[in-house]
Amino acid sequence: MSAARAGAGALAMIALAMRLLARDWRAGEQRLLALSIAVAVAGVTTVAFFADRVGRSLTSEAGQLLGADLVVVSDQPLDAKFEATARGLGLAVTAAVRFPSMAQFGDGAVLAEVKAVQAGYPLRGKLRIRTTGSGRDFEPHAVPEPGEAWIDERLLRRLGMRVGERIGLGDREFTVAAIVSEEPESSAGFFNLGPRLMMNAADLPSTGLIQTGSRVSYRLFVAGAAPAVASFRNFAGKAVGAGQRVEDIRDARPEIRSALERAERFLGLAALMTVILAGVAVALGARRYLQRHLDACAIMRCLGAGQRTILALHALQFAAIGLAASAAGCVAGFACQFALAAVLAPIVAVSLPAPGWGPPAYGMATGFVMLLGFALPPVIALRKVPALRVLRRDLGAPDSAGLSAYALGTAAVAGLVLWQARDMKLGLYVLGGIAGTAALCTALTLLLLKMLAGTGRGAGFNWRFGVANLRRHRAGSILQVLALALGLMALILLTLVRGELLENWRRSLPPDAPNRFLVAIQPDQREAIARFFESEGVAAPAMFPMVRGRLVSINGRPVSPRDYADDRARRLVSREFNLSWARTMQPDNVVVAGRWFGDADAGKPVLSMEEGIAATLGVKLGDELGYDIAGSRVAATVTSLRKVEWDTFRVNFFVVAPPGVLEKFPASYVTSLHLPAARSALLDRLVLRFPNLVVIDVAAILGQIQRMMDQVVRAIEFVFLFSVAAGVLVLYAAIAGTQDERRFDAAVMRSLGASARQLRAVQAVEFALIGALAGLFAALGATAVGYFLASRVLNLPYSLDPRVWLAGLVVGCAGVTAAGMLGAGKALRTPPAEVFRATS
Amino acid sequence: MGRQVSTGDAPLVILQDVSLEIRRGEAVAIVGASGSGKTTLLALLAGLDVPSAGAVHIDGTDLFALDEDGRARLRRSRVGFVFQSFQLLPALTALENVMLPLELAGRADARERAAGWLEKVGLQARLAHYPRQLSGGEQQRVAIARAFCTDPQLLFADEPTGNLDSATGEEIATLMFGLNAVAGTTLLLVTHDERLARRCGRRIGLAAGRLVSDERG
Repeated sequence: MSAARAGAGALAMIALAMRLLARDWRAGEQRLLALSIAVAVAGVTTVAFFADRVGRSLTSEAGQLLGADLVVVSDQPLDAKFEATARGLGLAVTAAVRFPSMAQFGDGAVLAEVKAVQAGYPLRGKLRIRTTGSGRDFEPHAVPEPGEAWIDERLLRRLGMRVGERIGLGDREFTVAAIVSEEPESSAGFFNLGPRLMMNAADLPSTGLIQTGSRVSYRLFVAGAAPAVASFRNFAGKAVGAGQRVEDIRDARPEIRSALERAERFLGLAALMTVILAGVAVALGARRYLQRHLDACAIMRCLGAGQRTILALHALQFAAIGLAASAAGCVAGFACQFALAAVLAPIVAVSLPAPGWGPPAYGMATGFVMLLGFALPPVIALRKVPALRVLRRDLGAPDSAGLSAYALGTAAVAGLVLWQARDMKLGLYVLGGIAGTAALCTALTLLLLKMLAGTGRGAGFNWRFGVANLRRHRAGSILQVLALALGLMALILLTLVRGELLENWRRSLPPDAPNRFLVAIQPDQREAIARFFESEGVAAPAMFPMVRGRLVSINGRPVSPRDYADDRARRLVSREFNLSWARTMQPDNVVVAGRWFGDADAGKPVLSMEEGIAATLGVKLGDELGYDIAGSRVAATVTSLRKVEWDTFRVNFFVVAPPGVLEKFPASYVTSLHLPAARSALLDRLVLRFPNLVVIDVAAILGQIQRMMDQVVRAIEFVFLFSVAAGVLVLYAAIAGTQDERRFDAAVMRSLGASARQLRAVQAVEFALIGALAGLFAALGATAVGYFLASRVLNLPYSLDPRVWLAGLVVGCAGVTAAGMLGAGKALRTPPAEVFRATS
Repeated sequence: MGRQVSTGDAPLVILQDVSLEIRRGEAVAIVGASGSGKTTLLALLAGLDVPSAGAVHIDGTDLFALDEDGRARLRRSRVGFVFQSFQLLPALTALENVMLPLELAGRADARERAAGWLEKVGLQARLAHYPRQLSGGEQQRVAIARAFCTDPQLLFADEPTGNLDSATGEEIATLMFGLNAVAGTTLLLVTHDERLARRCGRRIGLAAGRLVSDERG
């Protein structure tokens, strides 16, 4: 019985809460709060939808370079369980076998990289061939027929063959049916690349080439939906044994990995800004709500409502607002990401995967966490509003109107930021930047208000009164400056700083980035090659020496692949490194530990190592590394660790010695250069003259990365629109939030005989001061955050941009004054009595 | 009963040794100059404030033996308020303002009852108006309807005509005393308006926080 009554009571409470909500809503009381939540959720949801979908699409675009989403590589035929598992997960599967073998034609024989493929190859990316020497390239949508071989231009030229002739491979002969001009995998691991030959896997046994001891690589390609690929990666990562590994594009190409990581960080940054700004807007909305409901709560208490009733009524109202606004935000986010997909359609090569359920769930959670964080303290405070406030208005603005009420909400937003950032470092930098700005901002505002108080005597009435107003509402003024500064800071970050960062990113891969590598240049050919380039009117590129050596010991202790759990480390130890020497460091390298060689180091057994590989191998500064180079042992101490920008496509080495250490070993030279497509015939002439040279064309991979960058930049710009919307909302909320107080002040002053002009001037002084302060702080914050993002997170150069300061000051001062005066206009026109009546 | 407020130096005495008894159905005016403590006395009698010493008994219930919520419940069932500054919720219409205490008490007939009371105060044509669309006198009528609609045994009024011109004030006073006579409510009125005070059967004078006079008739 009593349970039924309690139930009925709860229902009545909900009904009453909803009626109150509807009445408040009609009066416009919660619109700002609801709008803030909706924008936050829409922004976060769009970013989540978008990051999810485009992230997957970028990965699969990158996958084109690999021919698959994932490759399992093995030196033994792979266990059938790999293929069975992949198929069981609904993934597309195909396989290939790769090995080096002599290809013969007439009297000639050339060592070629043979790839025997099964139907379906490649799963990602394109194969392009032509069937006559000068014909047009096309996509075959098939693999070589049994009995056929497709070979690349180099092999064709080295053997002096034509399409249609027969090429010998092991015990068999194949008809050269096509010339391969583009194939996936071609750019993966290009330093040990010979001319290539592709054949059908069905022909493989009859060649008799696969025997014990052959250097064979068995490759299983899989591709499909991202979750299935992830499950397979998970399975394969555990199932691989000795001599086996799982490769995805991130392992294969450091350039792509670096580009993808930056893309993710940029997107993450956009989402972070939206979360933070929306959090500020929600906080301001909740504060306004609290202020506007103090009287209502006091009256309700007077009318006999208990604390629990008041708490329950407001909690229910907030829950309803949160639910409705979050749902609206999710719908908006869902719609926006379709628009976004349409915008990107021309540049996204693969169709975007369908949106999942994760993003809306994430969006709803964000909305609620924010609302709870910022609205709960005010509601709890409202519960305690003394009923006596109906008699004495000065009573009962609860403590939580101060900054401490934002602790929970701030913690909630900080949590969301760290969650959203997916990258602790990025999240912490952004949070730290904002917290630092807020603290500095508060301190400086207080200091300035104190200093300004002294300027009163000589100054005019407007200035004195404006400053006095700011001082009187000190907490409110600080809050307003803070909120405005955050809003402006976001806008500056999103416009100027973002532009700068994106521009720098693009610049890190300029249109004239090297797109060809020349490998295997013999020392005595260097001069002739340099002259060749000069005669062709092309500046001779710098050539870098390269000596191959295997790491055999660290600090005298022998190393073997078995010492490492990490797959990459095992591979690094089991194969030869390219070592180089140089007196000066490459311009895109930065020493992160130790120091680069001085002149005195020439001839000394010291080394500089790339920091990533050092970490993988567990090598520290000061360690002595032993290398086996062409049968001799060389020991050298690591005296510096370098950070290398791999995505610049310049020639870079993991390990570099000073001059005078490696010169006695057989070396070849390597270089990279940019050749426009129109001049690529030059290389054909070069190779004709120096047949031992290997030319590696990275134009395709470069183009791919540049396309990805463009795509990401456009996506980021779209996503930033939400952050801008949230920023504008914050600005609006910050100005609207104090309008009630200002109206009352204005009414008092008008009743004392102040003219509208005087009032306007006083308010203009207030707004201009607040705006200028906020603008300065915003510029400061944006510069600091931009600098840290550039240098610590995105690894890009960052230069101080004076426009940031100018924009902060001018936009802050003028924008806030204009917006504030616009909002204040109504207050000035309203007769004082009406204001008193409404606020009394 | 007494009430002190601690200030920087010495405690500030607002009310001291005030002792009085009000019988059911009485109409009592508390009069005194500004700062004499009359509003504080009203707040204490209504349980909106807590005394530093002493007690208030309503119908045998010790008001300050109850907790804050207990006092709120007591107000809900037995007390009505009319304030100098009306204290209507700006976001609610006239009708909704009057409905609010009925809704808080969980009464199903809130709407009908509220409309009925607004008719009694002559505002049947103004149900859907917001406070800001009403004149001061009209706002106070809404407040009176809100105060009476829960059938309170006790009505507290704090300068109910203080914000109104004298003619409107007279009208409001007539309305309030008329309704009070019909309902048999105990009325406690704080005012410094002599004419309003004289309409009450009993006048209690305060000066500097002390009870200085108590006249009847």
